[in-house]
Parts: sequence; C-alpha cells; structure tokens
Amino acid sequence: MQDAITTGVAEVSIRSHGRERLRLVARNLFPFVVIGAIWEIIAWVGVFPRRLFPTLEEVAASFVHLTITGILPHHAIETLIRLLTGFTLAGILGVTIGVLMGRSRRAEDIFLPLVSIGAPIPGLAYAPLFLLWFGLGNVSAVLLVGFVSAFPIIFNSWTGVKAVKEIWLRSAQAMGADDRHLFSHVILPGALPYILTGLRLGLAQAWRILVAVEMLAAVPWGLGWLIFGARKFLNTDAMLAGIVVIAIIGLALEKLVFQKIENYTVVRWGMISS
Amino acid sequence: MTERGQHQRSLLRGAVTLLAAAAVYEAMARSGYFAPALLPTLPTVARALITSIADGSMIEHAAFTLYRVMFGFALAVAVGLPLGILMARFSRVEHFFLPLVSALMPIPSFALVPLFMLWFGIGNLTTILIVFYAATFPMMFNAWSGVRSVNPLWLRAAGAMGADEHRLFWKVIIPGASPFIITGMRQAFLRAWIAVVGAEMIAASDWGLGWVIFDAKEFLNTDIMLASLIVIGMIGFVFERFVFGSLERMTVLRWGMMRTAKG
Repeated sequence: MQDAITTGVAEVSIRSHGRERLRLVARNLFPFVVIGAIWEIIAWVGVFPRRLFPTLEEVAASFVHLTITGILPHHAIETLIRLLTGFTLAGILGVTIGVLMGRSRRAEDIFLPLVSIGAPIPGLAYAPLFLLWFGLGNVSAVLLVGFVSAFPIIFNSWTGVKAVKEIWLRSAQAMGADDRHLFSHVILPGALPYILTGLRLGLAQAWRILVAVEMLAAVPWGLGWLIFGARKFLNTDAMLAGIVVIAIIGLALEKLVFQKIENYTVVRWGMISS
Repeated sequence: MTERGQHQRSLLRGAVTLLAAAAVYEAMARSGYFAPALLPTLPTVARALITSIADGSMIEHAAFTLYRVMFGFALAVAVGLPLGILMARFSRVEHFFLPLVSALMPIPSFALVPLFMLWFGIGNLTTILIVFYAATFPMMFNAWSGVRSVNPLWLRAAGAMGADEHRLFWKVIIPGASPFIITGMRQAFLRAWIAVVGAEMIAASDWGLGWVIFDAKEFLNTDIMLASLIVIGMIGFVFERFVFGSLERMTVLRWGMMRTAKG
C-alpha cells in the first residue's frame, strides 16, 4: 500500500515534471513560431521580390541540399580552422603580454601605450592594410583575426593579474612559496576568471571579424565568402542557410566550449558562481 | 619612490615606447625592403592626413560615418533600453524575447550585410540598420540585467516609505539600474563603431571612413588608409573617454554607485 502510494506520487511528479518541461520547450518555441509566421506572410505577400525574400521551406530545402552535397560543411570547416588558428595565436600572445604587463611595471609601461592606441580602432579597419601587406587569402585572414582578438585577451589578463588579492600573495609568501610557485599556484589561478573572460571576449571578437574578413580577403572557402558570393547570384536561400550555420556555431562556441571550461575551473574552485 | 615620481616615470616610458615604435616603423619604411606604396613614411601619412582635413574631404567622410553611427545608436537605445527594462519587469515579455535574443545574438552583424544590401540597397539605410542590429543587443542585455540586479532591499524600503509604482520606477529602479545601463550604452557604441566601419566597407556608398579605407586600397593609397585609421581611432577614443567617461562621472560616480575605474 505504502509502496503503491510512493510510486503513485513519484509517477505524478515525473509526469508533472515532464509536463513542466514540455511547457518550457513550448514557451521557448513560441516566439520563433510567431516570427516564422510573420516571415512567411512577408514572403507570400511579396513585399520584396521572391528571389530576395525566400520562404522558410526554400531556405530549409537549400540548407538540406547544401549540407548533403557537402558544400556547407566544407565552408564551415575551413572557417573553423581559420578561427582556431587565429584565436590560438591571439590566446598565446595575449595571455603572455597581459600577464607580463600585470607582473612587471616595465612591461606595462612599454605595452600599455601601444595597446591603448591599437584597441579603439575597429578590427575591420585594419583589414585593407593587412590585405595589402600580406596579400589576399588565408595568411591575412588568420593574422587579422589573431591581431584583433588579442586586445581583449591582453586587457583582461592584465587586469586579472593586477586584481589578485594582495593578501593571497603575502600569505603564500609567508608560507614559503618561491616566485615560481607563487606564479603557478597563486597568481595564475587567481587571475584565471579574468583570463577566461578575456578569452571568451576574444573568441567572440574573432568570430565576428572572421566572417567579415572572409568576405573581403577572397578566400576560396568559408562561411563569410559563401554569404558574400551567394549575393552575386541572388541565392538568398543559400545566404540565409549560411547565416543559420553561423548562428549555430556562434552559439555552440559560447555555450558548449566556454561554459564547460568555466565549470571545470573557476566555478569548481568556487571563484565565481555558475 | 613616491607615487608621483612613479607616475612620471610611467609617462616617460610610455612616450619612449611610442617614439621607439615610430622610429622602427620609419626605419622599415625607409629601408627600401618594402614597397613605399605599401609602407609610406610617417611624414607622408601626416601630409595625407593634413591635406584631407584641409580640403574638407576627411571631415565630410567622418561626418557621414558619425551620422550613420549616431542614428543607428540612437535607434538601438530607443528600442533596446525600453525592451530590456520591460523584459526585466514582465516575465511574459521576457519569455517572448529572450529565446529570440539568444538566437540572434551570436550572428555577427557583418554576416547580415550582404543580405541587407539585397533588401535595402547600398547606402545609408543598410549601414544604419547594421549599426542598429549590432548595438541593440548589448543595450538590451545590460538594461535587463541592470533592472534585475536592483537591490531588493531598496525596493522594499521605498515601498515601506510609501512610494507608488510610478515613483518606485523612476526614483529607485532606473537610478539603481543606471550603472548597467551606462555600461550598456558604452558597449553598444563600441559595437556600433565597429559595425559602421565594416558595413561601410562592404555596402560601399560614396562617403564614410570605412569606405575611404577600402577605396584607398584599390588605388594603393596606403597613406590615406593610415590617415583614416588614425581618424577612426581618435573618434572612437574620444567617445569612449570623454563622452561616456563624463556621462559616468555625472551620474553613477557622483551618486557613489561605482568606484572610479583604476588605470
């Protein structure tokens, strides 16, 4: 009897849990349904010429077609390789310079003026200059992505190292930590929340710049180029399919990559709450 | 060493760095290893900057860019700020817009430029809309988190002292959220400034700093390119430091809600 009641209660709670979940999904989907309906109406009424404003079915068909033929994945992979190369470059350079600036007054005095002059210029403004210097193609794109996304990484690593609490340093020293230990066990973990924020901002920046630079640098493959190239042939459906892929990758980078890293490090250490 | 002496030494070192960087650049430009068309000497760049300012063309380009950026930015504030506040106040609004925002936010504004060009043509409308798109999200997000982070104690205290909804909103919630709102404006402007340059390059009209840079590339006018880069950097810097800096000083810093940023 008792058992039956417990199972019953559990069942009800599972069912209501499931219903709760369903409601959440429905609630999240509802705005997209509304926007999708508005889109369809605009497409069918013909405010814009049909070629320029395809219906959602056409976009979906083009998405499926481009994915099956392997064109879309190829573009996406090329873009991702560029992103990772440029971002790795920026990460190594940015964290090194930032930490150096935070640790040594001399490095700070040397780098800070250069960084503060370079940072406020929008990254894309450098693009034509890089294209002239390094030619069209991959080298320019990767270098520009690396250069531009290094700035937020430098700033945040610098701030992070400076924000390490004085008392942690002193207590570690009092307990007999030497310089190397101090650095690897106190300063680096202490600055990590900032450094991670910097990397996150840098990656977002890299992603934004990369899409634009692919349009300008005449690379043979890449999502930015796909969108830009499709414009010439009025393939609006392919353009929208490309934009969808860009959104998905952007979302995945943010949600999957960085939240995981944060959960494993700073959240687990209790330095920030999730 | 005194704090003042340290500060002076920092300034001196900074100046030395900049001079050294300029000297290295100048040496590279004059060494003849690189084509002078690609790496003009500093006097050439300075001359290009001065002539273009003197004949008014640079000023006109900057004016066009500023017009687009301000228009788009104002639109973004007009839409993003109320929407963010509404999202924080009414869960129904939040449930509707939050999924949309999270889906749209990861799309870089440049990805939309070719699409907007097809829809709205080349020129002001496209650039302004791209700026609007880029600037709205940071504005909205910051307003939203700002209103949500207003200390509940203040709300209850004001309620206990008999504030009605209207007063509560204008006297407690808005000032309480203002550090976030100002940060949002700052970020929104930065985004807008980046977006306008990119949009001008791709959706090229006849005027605008982004267009000058891109156009100068075709003719290998590297000196003009560098000159416009300087102008772009300076305008961005001025806005960041003076406009938003003083806005912050006049409001949240004076109200004692934020400490002065270090450095």
